[in-house]
Amino acid sequence: MTLQSSLDIQARSATTTPSPSVRSSAAVAKLIDESKCIGCKACQVACQEWNELREEIGNNVGVYDNPSDLSASSWTLMRFAEVEDKDNNLSWLIRKDGCMHCADPGCLKACPAPGAIVQYSNGIVDFKQEACIGCGNCITGCPFNIPRISKKDNKAYKCTLCSDRVAVGLEPACVKTCPTGAITFGSKEDMVSYGEKRTKELQERGYANAGLYNPAGVGGTHVMYVLRHADKTEQYSGLPKDPSISPLVSLWKGAFKPLALLGMGVTALAGFFHYMKVGPNEVEDEKSREEA
Amino acid sequence: MNRRQFFRTCAAGLGGSSIAMLGFSPQPVLAQVRGFKLARTTETRSTCPYCSVSCGVIMYTLGDNAKNNKPSIIHVEGDPDHPVNRGTLCPKGAGLLDMIHSPNRLKYPEVREAKSKEWRRISWDEAYTRIAKHMKEDRDKNFITKNDKGVTVNRWNTTAMLASSAASNESGYLTVKSARGMGMTAFDTQARI
Amino acid sequence: MTNSWVDIKNADLVLIMGGNAAEAHPCGFKWVTEAMQQRNAKLVVVDPRFTRSAAVADYYAPIRVGTDIAFLAGVINYMLSNDKVHMEYVKTYTNATFLVNDKFSFENGFFTGYDEGKRSYDKSTWGYQRDKSKDEFVMVDETMQSPNCVYQLMKKHYSRYTPELVSKICGTPKDAFLKVAGFIAGTHTPDRVMTILYALGWTQHSVGSQNIRAMAMIQLLLGNMGRAGGGVNALRGHANVQGITDMCLYSEVLPGYLGAPTDADTTREDYLKVRTPKPLRPNQMNFPQNFPKWHTSLMKAWFGDAANKDNNFAYDMMPKRDTAYDALAIFERMYQGKVNGFLCQGFNPLAAIPNKKKLGIAFAKLKFLVVMDPLQTETAEFWKNFTDFNNVETDKIETEVFRLPATCFAEETGSFTNSSRVLQWHQRATEPPGEAKTDAEIMASLFMRMRDLYKKDGGTFPDAIVNMAWAYSNPNNPAPEEVAREFNGKALGDVMAPPDPKNPKEPPKVLVKAGEQLPGFAMLRDDGSTSCGNWLYCGSWSQAGNNMARRDTSDPSGLGVYPNWGFSWPANRRVLYNRAGADPAGKPWDPKRKGIAWNGTAWAGSDVPDIAPALGPDSGAGPFIMTPEGVGRLFAVGLMAEGPFPEHYEPFETPVGVNLMCPSNAKAVSNPAARVYKGDMEQFGKMAEFPYAATTYRLTEHHHFWTKNARANAATQPAQFVEIGDELAKEKGIANGQMVKVRSNRGEIKAVAVVTKRIKALEVNGKKVHTVGIPIHWGFIGLAKSGYLSNTLTPFVGDANSQTPEFKAFLVNVEKA
Repeated sequence: MTLQSSLDIQARSATTTPSPSVRSSAAVAKLIDESKCIGCKACQVACQEWNELREEIGNNVGVYDNPSDLSASSWTLMRFAEVEDKDNNLSWLIRKDGCMHCADPGCLKACPAPGAIVQYSNGIVDFKQEACIGCGNCITGCPFNIPRISKKDNKAYKCTLCSDRVAVGLEPACVKTCPTGAITFGSKEDMVSYGEKRTKELQERGYANAGLYNPAGVGGTHVMYVLRHADKTEQYSGLPKDPSISPLVSLWKGAFKPLALLGMGVTALAGFFHYMKVGPNEVEDEKSREEA
Repeated sequence: MNRRQFFRTCAAGLGGSSIAMLGFSPQPVLAQVRGFKLARTTETRSTCPYCSVSCGVIMYTLGDNAKNNKPSIIHVEGDPDHPVNRGTLCPKGAGLLDMIHSPNRLKYPEVREAKSKEWRRISWDEAYTRIAKHMKEDRDKNFITKNDKGVTVNRWNTTAMLASSAASNESGYLTVKSARGMGMTAFDTQARI
Repeated sequence: MTNSWVDIKNADLVLIMGGNAAEAHPCGFKWVTEAMQQRNAKLVVVDPRFTRSAAVADYYAPIRVGTDIAFLAGVINYMLSNDKVHMEYVKTYTNATFLVNDKFSFENGFFTGYDEGKRSYDKSTWGYQRDKSKDEFVMVDETMQSPNCVYQLMKKHYSRYTPELVSKICGTPKDAFLKVAGFIAGTHTPDRVMTILYALGWTQHSVGSQNIRAMAMIQLLLGNMGRAGGGVNALRGHANVQGITDMCLYSEVLPGYLGAPTDADTTREDYLKVRTPKPLRPNQMNFPQNFPKWHTSLMKAWFGDAANKDNNFAYDMMPKRDTAYDALAIFERMYQGKVNGFLCQGFNPLAAIPNKKKLGIAFAKLKFLVVMDPLQTETAEFWKNFTDFNNVETDKIETEVFRLPATCFAEETGSFTNSSRVLQWHQRATEPPGEAKTDAEIMASLFMRMRDLYKKDGGTFPDAIVNMAWAYSNPNNPAPEEVAREFNGKALGDVMAPPDPKNPKEPPKVLVKAGEQLPGFAMLRDDGSTSCGNWLYCGSWSQAGNNMARRDTSDPSGLGVYPNWGFSWPANRRVLYNRAGADPAGKPWDPKRKGIAWNGTAWAGSDVPDIAPALGPDSGAGPFIMTPEGVGRLFAVGLMAEGPFPEHYEPFETPVGVNLMCPSNAKAVSNPAARVYKGDMEQFGKMAEFPYAATTYRLTEHHHFWTKNARANAATQPAQFVEIGDELAKEKGIANGQMVKVRSNRGEIKAVAVVTKRIKALEVNGKKVHTVGIPIHWGFIGLAKSGYLSNTLTPFVGDANSQTPEFKAFLVNVEKA
């Protein structure tokens, strides 16, 4: 048995009992400085290598984004956007996409499976595949469209912020590898203040609209961006300007959760018995699952 | 763990958590994260073999070098002490593990005979014997001791060699020493390109 | 690199041109982002494509492929005509004041001495005026007013490159050119330093060496050589490309860049004489005068006792070269059927040498081919049919092919030399897969087989083979430690100090005892008392031990010197020409970035001085100790094939068809001194049929043809594509993501079109020129999707000096597939 490390829990999906709160552990954060990002994809590869994931060999569809979207085995990827301003000055805006580790995580709120999504006291939002029922509600709940359901095992996956590394005192794999220092990691407090310093430096360099992206609509995030054009976040391959959790998720969670929860649980149990009798099913594709 | 076992484990986890939902289980205060896989590996420092930034890397091998353990590299990460890369690696370097374990690595000497459509595995001894025979035959036949002005030139230019620019200095030194010793002049390297 | 990776952080301006540091060297590029953040340095990128380096740059200017000299010449003109040069540096540290032969001239595209039939120059007029009364020293004009002085000749030569003409040739808008010229020229003051980062974007041209010379001239004019944050920095491609270059696995040089014997060097005496220069100015160090010591020590390392005074240190054991044997020349010979056997070590020439079709024909003429590689390669399977990707008739190819499995870095111990000349030792971590062996073991075993055969059966000239010093513990697999000790060198007898002129009667001191490892190349002797396999690497494994394995992370100066990390050749020096980082009186030009300084009795500082430590400012010794002049060369005497000043010539396949610097001279459209083989000239495409400029390049996701075999990397750029500008795509009706055919006069490839705003059509000589970008990383072997070798398209011609192929500028046509 490998040595296991653990982290204090702050919130747990589909659980009403309050979490313990005597110990206080410092919140962590990852800061992505877009002005220093060269889109080399080292973070993508390091993520694959550390987390023992391998993406399918795809095709080129006319862009540098490869794979072309996040998947159960690609938890981060570079999104490239060619943008010309009114004077025809070209920018190639490159954004590392992946879980933002929201302080108020829509996925966790939406999740009906107890303990399938946890938020540690350091701010990391982690998916526990052993408890996941594959319902896809986390996708609906996510304002950034991040989680993906695996076709192999019908579980939801996304960036863990390398919780296994952070738990033993290391930085996430993507942070460590980043060749240009575009990704940094530390306490949330330090990252906010570093992000503000970078913002100022970029403003002095001529990027008047530089800013720190730490959106309040989701309570702030534990993955933040420094953007040269923070006034036009959508230019960065559709980064939402003011993300918030869908009102449907909040409603569902507030009023109907206990009932719905029971329903989901029964479904899950039924699934379990079905499995014991019949064996595993091949899972339908993600879309139909979402619609279902 | 094969796929079937994986499904079984997941299903059991699902069942367990559903049961927990129905109120049969205490609240966990801690959550176990994935086990830290490097806890007892052996570290070896090396240099990335790709470009000539020559980043320092640490290779993590399974096991503790005990006699009964066959070392296998399970992870490669940047060396934080290295003054140039300070622990970072580019996408190529970050994927070194897959180069080391590439299914396209060559494992045995092989020969493709004239006009043949396939490779055939041979022993090192057969490979060396046959190659040396080819080389000596060509050298004995075409070696030039004096040019047409009578100057001693001692060259062999009918067997050529292109040397690697990814081999170590020690390999390179032995390569140039032996090639010159045999009198080769048709001798060049990838480094020119 | 004259400077180092970490030293980039000391720059005020980083120019990336002829390279794409962010993509090809991301971890080195961190020192660019560091300079930008910590000292507010500016990053300027000049490239035909808006690269990922440009994505984070302060300023980007486009340029047509193959016109860099015109651009740089325009910058020189801008600097000279706006008085933006570091005049004290130029006067004292360059040959600006030197007088040139008065018969030297340049007219309508040709320098004096051109021979059209031979496609080469008689360089006799490209020299200095010498003073017969004073040791043949070069005559100078300190006022720099003489029309024959280098400064005036240079000024005249480059006055032709006006901003308007530069823009017309390069397609760079005039204001963009002026903006970049302004950035560069702004570093002419002692308190500002520019570094230039280039790579194959400058070398892979028929004028490659002159691209780099043009930039070297700019850095000399700005006073940026020898300074922290300055220099001319080649970012090299492979992990040990620098080390293999230093070890000189080339036909024309021996380890340590010692010119190899040719048929003209009939005796050892003649050979040494022409390679041992006399000083061209008084009191110069003229370091190459030590050539006989380096060469004799090499012969002792290779032949041991079999190299001695009685046999001229085995001079005749070494082959003499009659002609060129660079990679292009080798494949030309193979194509002509003059090569029977070919050993291919860790190299995939079918993918890496131009004109795949020609190569395929050449390979099929071999009797035997031996491939040593860790991976499957296209070269090893040139005989196999891979449909359109490699459509050959296997049963007609008679070549016997041996494929020998080699280890990769993780399975071997030894040293690599990085781009900034630092030798670093690495340790093996695991066993090789299957029966794979190290390159060293394979070469040594083959050599021992040959030696045994010659010992047993005799044969033609067995002397060198059987006499070569090979006393390794395991001759079939010499330990890397033993080999490293050998190339560092040792004292064979006691190495004595020269007699002390102050106390001539004192018995001479022993500097190194017989049998000890040498501490540095100053100890080398030409009497056979020292052995050294590569003088530049002397000091890497001294009596103190393996200096390449040092891991001291301290950096006392804070300038990123790391003096005790590994070993940096020469003499553990980190910044070359660092004497030039101080003013003539010995004070650093910029006290905040102090390299070395004169302390009253010696040179000292954060680095190993690049001058004899006691040779003070009053000695008159110049800082460029590797030239007999002691100064940097703005005018290159006799070394370059196509002229002493870089001049613009079009690529051999030009989308303009005319050299706008000499429009009336049809013979000087492209480099008049570049070697072109019969048959290849006819294969150059013309702009009527192939209207688009094309260039090949690497992407950050891949390393050459290796990482297509690594799963995680293959997924990040899985399939072959070409890049075309949106304007051209519109003209041709090509949609993004659609398959296109790209055709040159040598072949055709099919790939996905990436339609982009990042490659713009340029206005060249009143006409629109489109550029097609062709990344190189795919082939018919690997985990990535199969693709065409990009060298199906490229032309078989190289730089006139280095013979590096012209991969960066040629012509193609594009259509929907």
